[in-house]
Amino acid sequence: MRLDHKDNNYHNKPDGLIYLDNTATSWPKPPGVARAMLNYIDEVGANPGRSGHRLSIKAARIVYSLRESVCSLFGFDDPMRVIFGLNITDGINLALHGLLKPGDHVITSGMEHNAVMRPLRNLEATGVEITTVPCSRLGMIHPEDVEKEIKQNTRLIVINHASNVCGTILPIHEIGSITRKHNLLFMVDTAQSAGVLPIHMLEDNIDLLGFTGHKSLYGPMGTGGIIIGHRISSEDIRPMRQGGTGSRSEHEFQPSFFPDRFESGTPNGVGLAGLLAAIEWLTDQGLEVIRAHEKMLTSKLIEGLINIPGIDLLGPKDAERLTATIGFNIRGMEPSTAGLRLDEEFSILCRVGLHCAPAAHMTIGTFPDGCIRFGIGAFSEEEDINKAIDAIARLASEVK
Amino acid sequence: MSAVFAVILVESTSQALHIEKLILQQGIESKMIPVPRHLSSDCGVCVRINVSSIDITRRIIAEHKLEHVTIEVL
Repeated sequence: MRLDHKDNNYHNKPDGLIYLDNTATSWPKPPGVARAMLNYIDEVGANPGRSGHRLSIKAARIVYSLRESVCSLFGFDDPMRVIFGLNITDGINLALHGLLKPGDHVITSGMEHNAVMRPLRNLEATGVEITTVPCSRLGMIHPEDVEKEIKQNTRLIVINHASNVCGTILPIHEIGSITRKHNLLFMVDTAQSAGVLPIHMLEDNIDLLGFTGHKSLYGPMGTGGIIIGHRISSEDIRPMRQGGTGSRSEHEFQPSFFPDRFESGTPNGVGLAGLLAAIEWLTDQGLEVIRAHEKMLTSKLIEGLINIPGIDLLGPKDAERLTATIGFNIRGMEPSTAGLRLDEEFSILCRVGLHCAPAAHMTIGTFPDGCIRFGIGAFSEEEDINKAIDAIARLASEVK
Repeated sequence: MSAVFAVILVESTSQALHIEKLILQQGIESKMIPVPRHLSSDCGVCVRINVSSIDITRRIIAEHKLEHVTIEVL
């Protein structure tokens, strides 16, 4: 293991605190992230792409470098089509609301997050037709079940690459091939898989790739967006907002070209500088090294939890088929009670409840109570997992 | 007196940075500057090059199929 975190004292993670909420947001961040953000504030400062002076151009170079890094990470070839926004939810909303029209049919899965389901339900009320393909109780989907739902007016298939509830990895490559075969558009929510699993936008036939910066890319919150593939023109998507772009200022009409058409207003330059440093760190460490580390800890956690009486472990009990997110319940104890006790008595921070994913919880049979979720990250350690297993064993032993 | 510089006019700052990188790969030095008012009322930036680099720059622009890009001699 050569994860670069043992030899720095940069972050202020208090001794004894066990952070297992990396599925919500990764923490701590690699040391270079905060440094890059501070450097932007102190040394760069200017508005990227708005002026022609040296600091504005320096700021614009940071943002442009990030477009290239994001492209490279996701196997894509056009930095102009990387659209930055607030986060992945922002990117998904832009794509769904901007692209779909009444009469269009959309296919999605039973494992989606509300980042996808809420815009889709909103669009359903305007005449967009939605089909949700059921998944197994482990959160698995059969690509042929997706194909069966294709109709004449089907325009888009939207799939969550990995569940934020129980980590199940969905087969995007196979579903991507189906969308290409039927000449449909394919959108992937990579909130839980970006930076964890290999994703190749061109080889996986992805037309719209939503990404967030603050989870497994290890960047700051307030960063993310969507990459728009070559089969979609800028005119195919209506911008969510219009305004200044630093280009074509003589016109009062929104530019038609990428990325400006979709990026009105001053961007989060500080956050994007942090994300650039984060992706550099990630690439330097190697995705496969981090994945191996997380898989090792996930296997250890599964093995530990499965041997505790009274634990219902959700999702596939196999680290190979999961990202490092484990959902489970202690029989006889509400998840909210468990979450509070884990925090107060064991200093273990996790997320309990429905995780903004009612559809996924219905699929795996934990709606409306939800579950306890442990999210392992690159900076999690074996000792954290051992302590977490001991804490759950203790709580489970107290239930009558 | 003959012109020394030309500018590559583009649609956006992102495109300017893209072109700057492409031409630098061919050894062409450039500088990002504000778009001269007499060429455009756009408030953005453009890429300034030496006039001696115009021909090779045109070839690079054509090879990469870059649209809405023009070169003006200053």
